[in-house]
Amino acid sequence: MHIWATDALLVDALRARDESAFEHVLTTWSRSMLRLARSFVSSDASAEEVVQDTWLAVLQGIDRFEGRSTLRTWVYRILVNTAKKRGVLESRTVPWTSLQPVDDDLARSVDPADFRGRDDPHPGHWKPGGGPVPWQSSASTASSEVSVLAGEVRMILGAALASLPQRQRIVVTLRDVHGHSAGEVCQMLDVSAANQRVLLHRGRARLRELLDGYLAGEPGRGGGRDA
Amino acid sequence: MPELDDLPCQELVELVTAYLDDELDAETQTRFEQHIAHCSGCANYLQQFRQTISLLGSLGVERLSVHGLSNIRRAFRDWAS
Repeated sequence: MHIWATDALLVDALRARDESAFEHVLTTWSRSMLRLARSFVSSDASAEEVVQDTWLAVLQGIDRFEGRSTLRTWVYRILVNTAKKRGVLESRTVPWTSLQPVDDDLARSVDPADFRGRDDPHPGHWKPGGGPVPWQSSASTASSEVSVLAGEVRMILGAALASLPQRQRIVVTLRDVHGHSAGEVCQMLDVSAANQRVLLHRGRARLRELLDGYLAGEPGRGGGRDA
Repeated sequence: MPELDDLPCQELVELVTAYLDDELDAETQTRFEQHIAHCSGCANYLQQFRQTISLLGSLGVERLSVHGLSNIRRAFRDWAS
């Protein structure tokens, strides 16, 4: 919908100091950059400074941008590096190694107690009556009662996302909150495709489990399925 | 449930993210889809996974402060001049 139909045209416009091109990327990307930065640093104010510093670095580096990734991926890589440096200063850092999955990330997606045991004729299948049941209502329905529920669900989900281990939270935020592709996230974070998938899957599985405890019970009445 | 036994539910739930990213090999993808077609528990699990992802996409994102934005715009003008 904008006049910069391709990445190359956008880069050219930025290099030509075109203020409307800069305004376009600034307003389109800054909010998701802020959320991503917030995963690395300890306060909203710090996250905002990371975003500001990132834009300064982008301006200083745009003439050297080689187009080996999309412009957006390149900008987010700068953001991640800026945020990491800032995190080090705040002693809340994500060293390279901690974006590698650890044992906890390989935990089962579903409680093994929900499945039939080895001595069952159908080991590894849901116990009778034990499988997931459809959630009561989805955020997509329009009635006012349901939209109150949707607001509650989003609040619970936001808190659940914040409670994930940082490496899972960063990957889930980039993939599912911001909608970046797997390839983009691997480039931004310098993680392998396999590790990206492990962290994403574990984070999503945990969030599904937390939502299930809420949506399979009686929402708004402190309900929830027996564990 | 013979058609389900070669991909137990407990293994299927670990493959959902790879399935949604279209990263399963063709044979595993076929087994996955056959299983889902016959198993309501796993079909519900997949549906809940999709709903979780869709809800994550609807989470609001924070805004930069007016002050922050004006700092960045000033930096642009300094850089461009």
